[in-house]
Amino acid sequence: MGGRAGLAARVGTVVIVVAVLAWLPQYYGTTDTALFAKALYIAIAAMGLNLLTGYNGQVSIGHGAFFGFGAYTTAILMNDHGWDFLATLPVVAVASFAIGAAVGFPALRVRGLYLALITLGLAALFPDLVTKYVHGTGGTTLVQPPQPTSPSWATGFAPQNDQWRYYLALAIAVVMFVIAWNLVRGRFGRALIAVRDHEAAASTIGIDLARTKVTAFALSALYAGIAGSVGVMITGLATAGRVETFQLSIDFLIAIVIGGTATVAGPAIGACLFVFLEQAAQDAFPRQPLLSPAIFGIGLIVLLFVLPDGVVGGARRAGRRVRQLTRSRHRPQLDPSTTT
Amino acid sequence: MDVDLFISQLLNGLSSGVIYASLALALVLIFRTTGILNFAQGEMALFSTYFTWWLTDLGLPVALAIAISVVASFVGGAFVERVIIRPFEKSSPLVIVIATLGLFLALNSLAQVIFGTDAKQLASVFPHTVWTVGGVRVSSQTVGLLGMLSVECLLLWLLFQRTRVGLALRAVASNPESCRLLGIRVGAMLMFGWGLAAALGAVAGAVVVPTTEALTAASMQGVLVFAFAAAALGGFDSPLGAVVGGLVVGVARALTIQYLAPLDNIELVMPFAIILGVLLVRPSGLFGTARVERV
Amino acid sequence: MSLLEVADLSASYGAVRVLHDVTLEVDEREIVVVLGANGAGKTTTLRAISGLVTAHGTLRLAGESLLGHHPENIARRGVSHVPQGHGTFAELTVDENLRLGAYRRRQRDAVAADLERWYTTFPRLASRRGQQAGTMSGGEQQMLAIARALMSRPRLLLLDEPSLGLAPIVTRELFDTLRQLNEELGVGMLLVEQNAALALQLAQRAYVLEAGVVVASGPADDLADDQEIRRAYLGI
Repeated sequence: MGGRAGLAARVGTVVIVVAVLAWLPQYYGTTDTALFAKALYIAIAAMGLNLLTGYNGQVSIGHGAFFGFGAYTTAILMNDHGWDFLATLPVVAVASFAIGAAVGFPALRVRGLYLALITLGLAALFPDLVTKYVHGTGGTTLVQPPQPTSPSWATGFAPQNDQWRYYLALAIAVVMFVIAWNLVRGRFGRALIAVRDHEAAASTIGIDLARTKVTAFALSALYAGIAGSVGVMITGLATAGRVETFQLSIDFLIAIVIGGTATVAGPAIGACLFVFLEQAAQDAFPRQPLLSPAIFGIGLIVLLFVLPDGVVGGARRAGRRVRQLTRSRHRPQLDPSTTT
Repeated sequence: MDVDLFISQLLNGLSSGVIYASLALALVLIFRTTGILNFAQGEMALFSTYFTWWLTDLGLPVALAIAISVVASFVGGAFVERVIIRPFEKSSPLVIVIATLGLFLALNSLAQVIFGTDAKQLASVFPHTVWTVGGVRVSSQTVGLLGMLSVECLLLWLLFQRTRVGLALRAVASNPESCRLLGIRVGAMLMFGWGLAAALGAVAGAVVVPTTEALTAASMQGVLVFAFAAAALGGFDSPLGAVVGGLVVGVARALTIQYLAPLDNIELVMPFAIILGVLLVRPSGLFGTARVERV
Repeated sequence: MSLLEVADLSASYGAVRVLHDVTLEVDEREIVVVLGANGAGKTTTLRAISGLVTAHGTLRLAGESLLGHHPENIARRGVSHVPQGHGTFAELTVDENLRLGAYRRRQRDAVAADLERWYTTFPRLASRRGQQAGTMSGGEQQMLAIARALMSRPRLLLLDEPSLGLAPIVTRELFDTLRQLNEELGVGMLLVEQNAALALQLAQRAYVLEAGVVVASGPADDLADDQEIRRAYLGI
């Protein structure tokens, strides 16, 4: 679908989706709303990681570190220095971008699976850095910032604090989505893909390889940092265990693979699916909490096999097949008496 | 500088280094034969080690338990390749990475469900003696591990360089399609590679765990990161490189903890800094043969 | 009964049909060449025969059907396919490449004898025994690929554009070697080529493939004299 009709349809879809997302906290209770909010901030991180991994082909399993960085930066600024939540976001954005760029430069010389390995080092290193440099409540590395409360003017639609925080998260997520969408549709998006698919060819048509790859890293770090800020705003707790940081890095990857790497929305959808799958696996065996990672792991493998290009890819293929079927049904029958 | 302290830290580093090296061997084996980074290697070894513990719990002597576990792990590894990894042979490397991560999660939790979450004690195959050589304490565990690693390295080298199967394994890693055209059963080779790596992992777990406090679900997670560092340092397609890499990583870590006070608590920086440095200068690692990258 | 019998062969890549009812045959001791422009389906034909691509129709080697079999099985029945771009094991040495060609053979002495024989036939390979295959020139790697294919003592040799990327002198030398091998060993050869002139000199019979369909066939000399063929494929 192209042209004006296509654009209208896309915008319409986005509006409907946002409307549904906005309605959710009105109907559902606190626990569910928190779950939806988690889906939102995982989605932000996943969208950013997809810019790096899906569109630019650089696999990172260390973005949990950037998430944690954003979480702690926001938490410390709010807790120790009394900042307002929204005011911390630009700081996190700039700082995450800078660190991402700093990581992206040496990454230029390291390829493929070795890069994945180095980023693993990031995820492994971050908790140690936090232990060393962050002094939180009671000497441990937990930081618990005050969480935003619902302002008086919002009492109409968000009387409760958790609803207000959800809407904050939603607004930020929508903004990040629109930014990513615009980036991908423009020159930068094409450069990302060109560099991923054929570096030599990309450089001959004048694309600056280093700048593209480093910017991709920096942007993905920015997204993960913002996601971390939103995360700490929702949960009220910044922590950095080794397992957690590694787990988060994997969660982002899972989200983009489930959702599909070929679109901006795919990772967001994948994030939602992932959060619900995780919860479902936990709810399935309430008396055997140990079983849920096993179910999740097996379920993930099955899902990967059935939908190799993610949910969005699978939906597209299904749509194509439906269109093929309807097209062949409308083909006019040849009349043997009239053919020469 | 206190020479005795240095030497004892060196030996500390070596003893943890052999731990990293033994898991790194398995990682290198899989990468060499299938081009996959198996993030589930540690948990496969963990599962094997739990199985070994269970056999000793039934009353079998440790050495026999390890032997049975090695055979069972070989079968298990081949099974994992055929059932879980093979369906993804045409998928992108990212999908395969995630599949191994899914396997990581599944194995870790299944081990806990089947064998219980309490910490287990696993007896060691090596005697617990400490020798004093020239004023320095050397543990027989470390020496035993080093010896075992050397034997493994030698056997792997013989396999790859002197046997028909080993040659076929290297060919499969190089160009699977050409192998098919020569009548080599690529699938069987892949299963063999994974089975062998799983067997190596079983050995690694069984000799490594007794040197730590106890067998728990987290036993292998710390090791995995360092094992990857060791394998990367060694070039990912050289068994000897994995061993040397493991020792270097272990020693670097011990010396960092001891001598670089500013890096206190973040001594992980050292091994990764080493890897990064080596990769920047020699992208295929210290011992690796330069090859066309797969990703 | 001919060595290779192909009739009404069709093959697709996904939804795209690439071969339409291709019919050809290769007799024992024959050299047959398939000509055609890029994208005509020549490579697909060879890949269908060696089992890398699923095909439908009739495909028989010495009377036995090859359809639906894995490439490993087909190779074991005596079909040796030298793929486009030679397909050598770049990280392995020349000697290792050749030994892998004999992977399925059991008699060590016979294999060793064949090894020496090919080193004699291809002296340049002999002087590079211990060298990594990927570091040799294109022509040398092509010879290595052919020698490796012959190490399995095949009944039928499939060659996909062996002259690709080679200088004319090297190609001539290669084709002379192929003719020699055909005469000495009696191994049937099915060659796919864009270099029509030399190929028609080498082969006894030829087919011309266009968009997945056989549009011409006959003795190589006749096709070489044919005006249409000359204009379309020999640029005369």
